[in-house]
Amino acid sequence: MKKYTFTESKDTRSGFGAGLVEAGKQNENVVALCADLIGSLKMDAFIKEFPERFFQIGIAEANMMGIAAGLTIGGKIPFTGTFAEFSTARVYDQIRQSIAYSHKNVKIAASHAGLTLGEDGATHQTLEDIGLMKMLPGMVVINPCDFNQTKAATIAVAKYEGPVYLRFGRPVVPNFTPADQTFEIGKAVMLNEGTDVTIVATGHLVWEAIQAGEELEKLGISAEIINIHTIKPLDEAAILASVKKTGCVVTAEEHNRLGGLGDSVAQLLATQLPTPQEYVAVDDSFGESGTPAQLMEKYGLNAASIVAKAQKVISRKK
Amino acid sequence: MSVDINKLEQTATQVRRDIVRMVHGCQSGHPGGSLGCADYFVALYFHAMKNDPSFNMDGIGEDLFFLSNGHISPVFYSTLARAGYFPVSELATFRKLNTRLQGHPTTHEGLPGIRIASGSLGQGLSAAIGAAQAKKLNKDNNLVYVLMGDGELQEGQVWEAAMYAPHNKVDNLIAAVDYNGAQIDGSTDNVLSLGNLRAKWEAFGWDVLEVEKGNDMAAVVAGIDEAKSRTRKGKPVIILLHTAMGSGVDFMMGTHKWHGVAPNDEQLASALNQLPETLGDY
Repeated sequence: MKKYTFTESKDTRSGFGAGLVEAGKQNENVVALCADLIGSLKMDAFIKEFPERFFQIGIAEANMMGIAAGLTIGGKIPFTGTFAEFSTARVYDQIRQSIAYSHKNVKIAASHAGLTLGEDGATHQTLEDIGLMKMLPGMVVINPCDFNQTKAATIAVAKYEGPVYLRFGRPVVPNFTPADQTFEIGKAVMLNEGTDVTIVATGHLVWEAIQAGEELEKLGISAEIINIHTIKPLDEAAILASVKKTGCVVTAEEHNRLGGLGDSVAQLLATQLPTPQEYVAVDDSFGESGTPAQLMEKYGLNAASIVAKAQKVISRKK
Repeated sequence: MSVDINKLEQTATQVRRDIVRMVHGCQSGHPGGSLGCADYFVALYFHAMKNDPSFNMDGIGEDLFFLSNGHISPVFYSTLARAGYFPVSELATFRKLNTRLQGHPTTHEGLPGIRIASGSLGQGLSAAIGAAQAKKLNKDNNLVYVLMGDGELQEGQVWEAAMYAPHNKVDNLIAAVDYNGAQIDGSTDNVLSLGNLRAKWEAFGWDVLEVEKGNDMAAVVAGIDEAKSRTRKGKPVIILLHTAMGSGVDFMMGTHKWHGVAPNDEQLASALNQLPETLGDY
């Protein structure tokens, strides 16, 4: 098992904030919009650097999506900022018609995704956003795993022409990917090569997958671990090649079992390479209040759960 | 600049012919609001706007128009075709399979002149505000126009946008409301009354002007010219455009029943009798 270390824990949303400033420096057409959550979205640095390129929308997310769509007409590259719940479910029709169907170059930056938003509870913890966004034709869906990768993803999506949903979170998590990485949309990252089971993880579950890989190694199980930061378009070739070798797969995500990364992988495998699969995901329920760690434990979104599902799926191999 | 009102009226008459023929041709679509807004569209595209029919999406250096109440696509398509954005003959494909003239306007099929999809109501004002703010960032001194239906004002997003534009001094924007008092289920007064629209928009910080005769070309031209003169003074401008649904076709006027109904063969013949061909049918 390849060794991964980290010297600091940081939040992915700060990676977005850092990436946004860098993207703004690289291209003067990059602009930012926020629905009264500047601090939460870590947009302060961008606003300080480019005050005339920032739009405070107020608590009016539908209007924010429409204004962002309009700003693209004239060549701007708008990043909208609010919590993931209010970036998706609240404004689905606005995104569908004014952004996706109109193929506008809007980057929907969605923070506080999933259970790890924590104490605010289920009203704010979206577990459906990946599904909602990946169903929209032409929408790219990205869920990076740590600070460095979120920063790199933010810079990369600014250079990409077309609508993007960029999902990240609230809590600090180990920052282990290289600071100088290049982020390639739609390209899976191989974290560890193995032979017994493939673990396909996204977002905060990637670090949990690495820890699970270490535990599995102690049990004599060789895990191949893949970081799928882009859920759509899915790196089908990387997943098929791995599963062909290992013969089984565990998918891990901070999302509802329905509609997330796991379903994308299942659809791929069902049509091209039928393979035993187990899901590490929220089992079709809402979240609740608690600390991020408590919630991830209660809803089975951690390394221990990945280990258990890996053992189970291996036992299902013919 | 002298305005040839007579010529604009002739164009509007031809646009009305196009509308009823398009809707008849596919036996679907929305003639009522389309006919009511024919004079406004012609005044915009053949008089008020600086626009380039060779069409480029970003529209830098020209005025832009957004249609928020996308169901009146027939008047939009006819006006764009007559203004040279695409061949007039293409109007015959309206709402038919593989057409660029979808039931509601979209950028998806690449039809020149359309800058955003509309149809799901309440979204156009937001997009127009964004485009107007992009113009300011680009130091582009041209204007952005947007038309909404009056029934559409029942959508909450309109009022989010209504609050935003004055706060941010989006004063390169001229909105208009097709104030015909009717929607699918009846009069706006019966369905969900709009109350004092002028007072509402003024309270939100808009410069409001009314065009009482929204189907009188001279009055529409004067109203839009007046609106233009009020731009760049710190406030967004809105025109309450009093129109009659079905204007120009006697049996379609004075009722909401022609909001989304196509005429049959006899009704088409009757309508065309009232609208002499001026520029040549497609």
